[in-house]
Amino acid sequence: MELFANQVLAGIATGAIYACMALAVVMIYQAIDHLNFAQGEMAMFSTFVSWQLMQWGVPYWGAFVLTVAFSFAAGIVIERLLFKPLAKAPILTNVAGFIALYAIINSVAGLIWDFTIKQYPTPFGSSPFLGSQLISTHQAGMIGITLLMLVLLFFFFRFTRVGLAMRAAASLPESARLVGINTSWMIALGWGMAAAIGSIAGMMIAPVVFLEPNMMLGVLIYGFAAAVLGGLTSPFGAVMGGFLVGIFENLVGTYIPGVGNELKLPIALALIIVVLVVKPAGLFGRAIVKRV
Amino acid sequence: MSAAEEVEVVTEGQAVEAVPKRAMTLGYGTSLIVLAVLILIPLFVKNFIIFQMTMLLIYALAVMALNILTGGSGQFSLGQSAFYAVGAYTSAILMEHAGMNYALTLPVAGIVCFGFGFLFGQPALRLSGVYLALATFALATAMPQLLKLGYFEHWTGGVQGLVVTKPDAPFGLPMGQDMWLYYFTLAVSIGIYLASVNLLRSRSGRAFMAIRDNEIAASAMGVDVALYKTLAFGVSAGITGVAGGLGAIAVQFVAPDGYTIQLAISLFLGMVVGGVGWLPGSIVGSAFIIFVPNIAEGISKGLSGAVFGVLLFLVIFLVPHGARQVAIIAQQLAAKLKKN
Repeated sequence: MELFANQVLAGIATGAIYACMALAVVMIYQAIDHLNFAQGEMAMFSTFVSWQLMQWGVPYWGAFVLTVAFSFAAGIVIERLLFKPLAKAPILTNVAGFIALYAIINSVAGLIWDFTIKQYPTPFGSSPFLGSQLISTHQAGMIGITLLMLVLLFFFFRFTRVGLAMRAAASLPESARLVGINTSWMIALGWGMAAAIGSIAGMMIAPVVFLEPNMMLGVLIYGFAAAVLGGLTSPFGAVMGGFLVGIFENLVGTYIPGVGNELKLPIALALIIVVLVVKPAGLFGRAIVKRV
Repeated sequence: MSAAEEVEVVTEGQAVEAVPKRAMTLGYGTSLIVLAVLILIPLFVKNFIIFQMTMLLIYALAVMALNILTGGSGQFSLGQSAFYAVGAYTSAILMEHAGMNYALTLPVAGIVCFGFGFLFGQPALRLSGVYLALATFALATAMPQLLKLGYFEHWTGGVQGLVVTKPDAPFGLPMGQDMWLYYFTLAVSIGIYLASVNLLRSRSGRAFMAIRDNEIAASAMGVDVALYKTLAFGVSAGITGVAGGLGAIAVQFVAPDGYTIQLAISLFLGMVVGGVGWLPGSIVGSAFIIFVPNIAEGISKGLSGAVFGVLLFLVIFLVPHGARQVAIIAQQLAAKLKKN
């Protein structure tokens, strides 16, 4: 029983990483109705920017704020330059664009900062949290920040005019335009916010997985999985999904014999698919009704 | 707030463009010209280029298989690399362990993959869009790991993979192994291409397209949606399996790490560049995924990924509908010239 409890705790610790990323995934999904395959790479690039700032002597929280602002602007610029012209192109062409963006960012980051693994600092310290060896203060801090972002997002979408306009633009673009919402800028704003959230996720994740250009590859896959499991329409669901995927993964690795590190991911994904077959909108997502 | 307000009403945007079935193929004359070019080129080039052209045809087959699934029936798959791997391993195991003739292993690979795809299509029925993408993605990431498993090592060779012997030209034909393999692949590809074109023109093809354009309307017209959706998966997997088998013979080697998600992403890019729903575009898309990474590497070693990305962006900016758009523009130009 103690083994079980320990594994669940360890699962929550890794789940925090996925939850962070899943939040960024849900954000972009709310804005453009699609998964952005380059999201992880954008977050990685932001994290490198903050690392570079710190190398230049900027203190942690200063670098943190600057990086979030930079990512927000960069997200908007990417949307305006690269994806606005593709707005009328077929969706699959847009997906190809995400893959192209992925290749570009990954390769440029590799050229600037090369592929060696770098240490990344944490503001929370890395001593055991409340005497538990399984969760460090950094992981506890990360969970705290994730929950804080979740609350802020909830307030943003529920109680601000811009949040309402964004939701309207995402769910019914035509009608939103008719009531005077600039839907095109709402999409750009969504990109900016997703990039900003992604950069926070990156800076939280980097102390755990270490900083290098491919650090986000696995994390993004789990982030997608978590978001889909929790329901792509619900930020709360995404965070819960992140923790659930982390716990799943740990329990599978512990209790099913013969499952090494390599089979963890496929089995976690298979479980998610089983859940989706039963509940197609995800655990916390709203069912989408189609007009015929 | 009442329950009704909680539910979003979505008028569904079409995920995949509706391509009329006549627009899915090439005219008679153009087809013959392309065929003549494909037959004549190997007579004038070196062995390595012949090998590359063989791979071009093989990937074109795999891209076309995805095109039938996505452009034909409107379903999306990131798991094509898994079917490709199963086809490759089926061929390799039959050749190396059972001593079967290489040509005979291909239909077996096709049938095995058809079954596999058909079965996989069952749970996929309930999923669509991003969910289906995730499910097929899971399949693609699981496949290399499954092939490495200790239980199958006796057959699959584990991490090491299997070495396949290259066949000689039969009946004492005076040509090298590479050239024979190229013509063999060409013959298989033409056969499958013709079969696919006919499939899309048939009752089943019309059912696929009806499902792609509007699932509910299709079922109202009496199309068995579940059956045809799984059938599309099966057919697509079967063709990919044959391509995988051919690939194993051409590369003379199968190993788990040759069939990762990267292959599935490449095939997807090939489909987009070639034009979703336009079968002849598959060969253009296949050329893109084989040659453009090499070109990118040639332009800049350190930044090859970035160059590849920029080239891909250029293509989708200039022709968002892929090679099909180029073909349509060319056709209109030709018609204009005829009038004058």
